[in-house]
Amino acid sequence: MDMQAAKKKLGLKERYAVMTRGLDWTPSYQKMEDIYPYIAYEGIKIHDWDKWEDPFRLTMDAYWKYQAEKERKLYAIIDAFNQNNGHLNVTDARYINTVKLFVSGISPLEYVAHRGFAHAGRAFPGPGPRVACLMQSLDEIRHAQTQVHAISNYNKYYNGMHDFHHAHDRVWFLSVPKSFFDDAITAGPFEFMVAIGFSFEYVLTNLLFVPFVSGAAYNGDMGTMTFGFSAQSDEARHMTLGLEVIKFILEQDPANVPIVQRWIDKWTWRGYRVLTLVAMMMDYMLPKRTMSWKEAWEVYFEENGGALFKDLARYGITMPKCAEQIALEKDHLSHQAWSTFYNYAMAANFHTWMPDEDEMAWLAGKYPDSFDKHYRPRYAYWREQAAKGNRFYNKTLPMLCQTCQIPMIFTEPGDPTKICYREADYKGDKYHFCSDHCKKIFEDEPEKYVQAWLPVHQIYQGNCFPEGTDPSVEGFDPLAAVLRYYKLEHGRDNMDFDASEDKRNFAEWRGQATRNI
Amino acid sequence: MQIDLRTVTIKPLRHTFDNIARRIGADKPASRYQEGTLDMQQEANYHYRPTWDPDHLIYDRDRTAIRMADWYGFKDPRQFYYGAYALARAKQQDTAEANFDFVENRGLAATLPDDIRDTVLKLLVPLRHVAWGGNMNNAAVCAYGYGTAFTQPCIYQAMDQLGIAQYLTRVGLLLGDVEALDAAKRAWMEDDTWQGLRRYVEDTMVLRDPVELFVAQNVALDGLLYPLVYETIIDDVLSAKGGTPVAMLTQFMTDWYAETRRWVDATVKTAAAESDANKAVVGGWIAQWRDRAAAALLPVGRIALGARADELTAEVVQQFNARMAKAGVPV
Amino acid sequence: MSTVFIALQTNEETRPVIEAIVQDNPDAVVNEQPAMVKIDAQDRLVIRRETIEELIGRPFDLQELQINLITMTGNLDQTDDEMVLYWRA
Repeated sequence: MDMQAAKKKLGLKERYAVMTRGLDWTPSYQKMEDIYPYIAYEGIKIHDWDKWEDPFRLTMDAYWKYQAEKERKLYAIIDAFNQNNGHLNVTDARYINTVKLFVSGISPLEYVAHRGFAHAGRAFPGPGPRVACLMQSLDEIRHAQTQVHAISNYNKYYNGMHDFHHAHDRVWFLSVPKSFFDDAITAGPFEFMVAIGFSFEYVLTNLLFVPFVSGAAYNGDMGTMTFGFSAQSDEARHMTLGLEVIKFILEQDPANVPIVQRWIDKWTWRGYRVLTLVAMMMDYMLPKRTMSWKEAWEVYFEENGGALFKDLARYGITMPKCAEQIALEKDHLSHQAWSTFYNYAMAANFHTWMPDEDEMAWLAGKYPDSFDKHYRPRYAYWREQAAKGNRFYNKTLPMLCQTCQIPMIFTEPGDPTKICYREADYKGDKYHFCSDHCKKIFEDEPEKYVQAWLPVHQIYQGNCFPEGTDPSVEGFDPLAAVLRYYKLEHGRDNMDFDASEDKRNFAEWRGQATRNI
Repeated sequence: MQIDLRTVTIKPLRHTFDNIARRIGADKPASRYQEGTLDMQQEANYHYRPTWDPDHLIYDRDRTAIRMADWYGFKDPRQFYYGAYALARAKQQDTAEANFDFVENRGLAATLPDDIRDTVLKLLVPLRHVAWGGNMNNAAVCAYGYGTAFTQPCIYQAMDQLGIAQYLTRVGLLLGDVEALDAAKRAWMEDDTWQGLRRYVEDTMVLRDPVELFVAQNVALDGLLYPLVYETIIDDVLSAKGGTPVAMLTQFMTDWYAETRRWVDATVKTAAAESDANKAVVGGWIAQWRDRAAAALLPVGRIALGARADELTAEVVQQFNARMAKAGVPV
Repeated sequence: MSTVFIALQTNEETRPVIEAIVQDNPDAVVNEQPAMVKIDAQDRLVIRRETIEELIGRPFDLQELQINLITMTGNLDQTDDEMVLYWRA
């Protein structure tokens, strides 16, 4: 009975070890390869799963405790924000378009991450990474839901997000983020971890969340700021998981290094291309800017990423080659993207506008080497045309890159006056790419990328009209039919901000709130 | 600019998202469970086939033999979205923490009769491996099932099972030591008592049909194990012999089972009510896995119940059958 | 030399944590923003439980940091007593 006295208290590491890997056993009634069927085909060699180092050692009881506290705080703020019509406190109604972009482009990805981490977690025979992945799976459904819940109130008052799930699966530009995550979840579990756990969460997530969240804060959107910060507290856990995964795989076998390097190269580029939407949001869509895309890239990728890849150099991992091209594009990316959306605003679920004089001055200051020379004249011309009643909405569908699915709008590295085109032949068909990197990704796995559901091809093949549409009738308006298929309301969800219902309502509501009418 | 808007009433353009309005039949305010669940999973225009399962889409109705016209016919009676789930579990973990503290600080573990402590260590600690299997299996149902209404509760269930495995580990550490965990694992791997159950758990780990896996794990195995171990053995038999502190340490499991079985029942009921074909398939799975689970649990029950194990296990099976009949699947 | 950093939400709970970090990492640079505090250090940053406990006068579990953490960089090593972020030279 003196056992109590003799018992030694376990430290965090030992305690966590008995709480996770101690639960596992080597099966004997079923074969390992039947219980874990997805673990061999990628060619990654793992010799000892026990070498896995757990980053955060959270047991479920502590997890529930801390997460519940976060949720209590978060929903209290969302409720307060909604009850006080907090949406009328944002800088101006243009800001709300970033929320539309977020809920239709990003939130559905959080959901895919939830399912993807459930899959990866179940697939790994090592108990350490399995538990970490499953915990992340649980976090990701949190993120998907808190975003929908926080944005739900915006949907009640503003257009463009009323059918965002439907839009995510169909609208042309949303195939960019969707195909990115579809690509990751259809890859093997190791590649999924390098793609999402490492490249996206560790290398790129700061570029998505920190600008978006501080953008929300700067623009008076407390609800969004709060879910962003609250999600970030989980991200810190996810980032360390991503880094541990990479180190673990690399330490297990030197033959893993070239495979992992190829994945890092691929996913840094894939992720960067998706961030085009963020670049445009930062430089054009936030009425009050936090920092430019270029500055964010320099702080969060070039400085941070530099330190990271220096740390990984011991394994023979090098900075992805695409970083060179990204550096050349950073003066142009957001401008080329915004120009494209201004062109195709008829078919988008948010509004566009031309920057005013002050905003042009800000852009010129942040982009001294490119803005005045290449983009200001373009905007000045478009503004002038719009003022004369010649606002031009492009109705000709653009050619898409087979890999990233962005229209072929990007210019040659080092020559911003020339569009960059690449092509490849595969089994008798020709495929088009926006860059050498997207072409390389295709050529490494053509069987995968030929499957891509390219919105423009699909429209031309007649697959994007509502059921029962007859395109052969006289006066058939293909754009109107596509918008019906998207469930976008023409004249409410799309086109210029200036003529929008959002702008009118916001002005009227804020007027009611600030004046005695 | 800070504006006081409390007196201003503005009329919303709509009350919820269109997909929710279509499902609930009108544009009216929707619950957080609804907005966080309905249509959350992507439905159309997937870009690539999984390289790990090229015969299926990313999310594919055909991974199971169960057919549903609408996979959002499933509804979690607890209406758990993440926030509601986390809050519910935090409250339970608060109670569990207080119970562990109470037992620990008052030295109640030392007051347990030796035979009770022995029984508990032999019976409960190996069960942490069963819960670990429950974690893996529910992760699989979540990953490969179809539709958020069906898959979402499974990630909660998966992590609950991990939590239970960790509470059982703490019971082992409190009543024994790390050595008790090792001994329990040896028993789990080698003793005849546990081999039927270990085989059951390993056999479920290779099931590919997510609904069958749901049945084998959440309906059949847990549907017999929890009533037998936590309700019959711990709360009744051992408590009568001075084992009340053990019941305090396992209160989480008792409460958890009472709560989660309502969701399990609702899921079985919805699947079976969909069609006679579903009912036949689900009924077949339930009967088959129930028989295997009952046989596997019998030697485990004997650890605490000795000769009464047959009789009490049969009672638990009777109750289980009644429960399934109520859910619309007489077996 | 490489920079490691940690960013925390600005609030009453993190105030003593930040003070403790500054005490334990004399060379750390604190960058205060309205909603967030970012702390940079060269190669290594340590957060010690004892220092925080001295400042708040109650037991503190380093895992409580989870609630207010925004982002971080570097390799992580956490025990009951300290949390270390570091880059390997």
